[in-house]
Amino acid sequence: MSTTAKDQILTFVRERYPQAEIDASQDIFALGFVNSLFAMELVMFVEKTFGITIPNEELRIDNFRTADTMASLVARLSADLAVA
Amino acid sequence: MTLTDPAPATRTADRVTDRTSARAFVDTHVVPYADVYDRAGRVPEDLLQRVAEAGLWAPFLPPGSGGAGMDLVTLGEVHEEVGRGCSSLRSLLTVHTMVSWTVQRWGTPAQRERWTTLLGSGQVLGAFCLSEPGAGSDTSGITTTAAESGGGWVLNGVKTWTTGGQRADLFLVFARTAASIGAFLVPREAPGVRVRPIHDMLGTRASMLAEISFDDVVLGPDALLGPSGFTAGMVLTGTLDLGRYSVAAGSLGILQACLEASSGYAARRRVGGSALRELPLIQAKLSDMVTDARAARLLVAEAGRLKDAGESATLMATWVAKYFASTAAVRHAAEAVQIHGANGCSPDYPVARLYRDAKVMEIIEGSNEIQRITIAGQAEREKTT
Repeated sequence: MSTTAKDQILTFVRERYPQAEIDASQDIFALGFVNSLFAMELVMFVEKTFGITIPNEELRIDNFRTADTMASLVARLSADLAVA
Repeated sequence: MTLTDPAPATRTADRVTDRTSARAFVDTHVVPYADVYDRAGRVPEDLLQRVAEAGLWAPFLPPGSGGAGMDLVTLGEVHEEVGRGCSSLRSLLTVHTMVSWTVQRWGTPAQRERWTTLLGSGQVLGAFCLSEPGAGSDTSGITTTAAESGGGWVLNGVKTWTTGGQRADLFLVFARTAASIGAFLVPREAPGVRVRPIHDMLGTRASMLAEISFDDVVLGPDALLGPSGFTAGMVLTGTLDLGRYSVAAGSLGILQACLEASSGYAARRRVGGSALRELPLIQAKLSDMVTDARAARLLVAEAGRLKDAGESATLMATWVAKYFASTAAVRHAAEAVQIHGANGCSPDYPVARLYRDAKVMEIIEGSNEIQRITIAGQAEREKTT
């Protein structure tokens, strides 16, 4: 699940910033590409693609810095969904 | 004509559920009086009440929260119809929509419990406080501060160009915290909140603009909407996106009103023994209005469809729709005045008001210059994909 999520997230980010070479562990905020518009797009993409709603307490920048951390967030919230 | 809609007070307002019912509501309760509102500089309370009775304030909220679960494509159609009748009323709907959606989307369960039903029913009207005397949509220029104190917050600063500020009961205020930016829900009656009406603007003159001052306003911890920092950026971006969508729809409404006014006038007015509409140069103006109205309608609908689907592409689609619709509204409002000649410059025809209102659409919810920069950035990415 998380590998697939990571790949899908990376593909989304790379499509939006094709000039950048981004891997799963790179901090996309530190690269300087991310503005508020893209941050919102990213949240919407993750919610739509993985069928989850990200609660306010999980909307922390550290959860969105890398494809790895975003995939972990998806896995965590998906597990919560499965339990519920 | 008086400011009061003379329709019988006992009449039960029909609920607005779609474009057709919105059009009927607007034609009955808004169109005949929009110029009167414009001159009076306010929308009367009885119309605000009728809007509430029609379920128009926040129909997208869930049925259990004072709404009707309306999809956003339909909401766009409704806001287009309201914008066709009166941009000032549509402006009030826009900011109320922004506040209501924000509470529903980002609020805690307690915040939703406290506010959404009141917002959905129109018992509480919301307004959006971002701009300051020294800063527009640029959050880096925000000087209003929210300092943590005693487990809550103390708010200080001045917000301006607050649509509906003269009448609103609840302000959504963006302020600088120690860490970043936060979004705060501030009741109008909170001690230290002062409202100074702003009059005689170029357009949307009845939208009851105000400058709102916050002088040591003490707020509880539950005033903060979502965590500050990263989430505040989400709140602001999401809220402005929905406002932009409403303004795009409202701009389209202005364009449609220009088309309807111009078409009617060109059919009635005779020049040299024939109707004005027989002149090729007039036909050219009308054909461009028809074409741009249809194009704008498609762009707004596409942005709404993407919102309903939860697609992130809605953000850019909304920028494009608002840019196109607002510039088209300005262009065609100018032509509508031209078609009407001297009559178009008089208060006896609606096109002068439409012309003034249209210009405002190019400035609010992100100026068109900012929009073009953002859209151009998208072009660059699409080129290299």
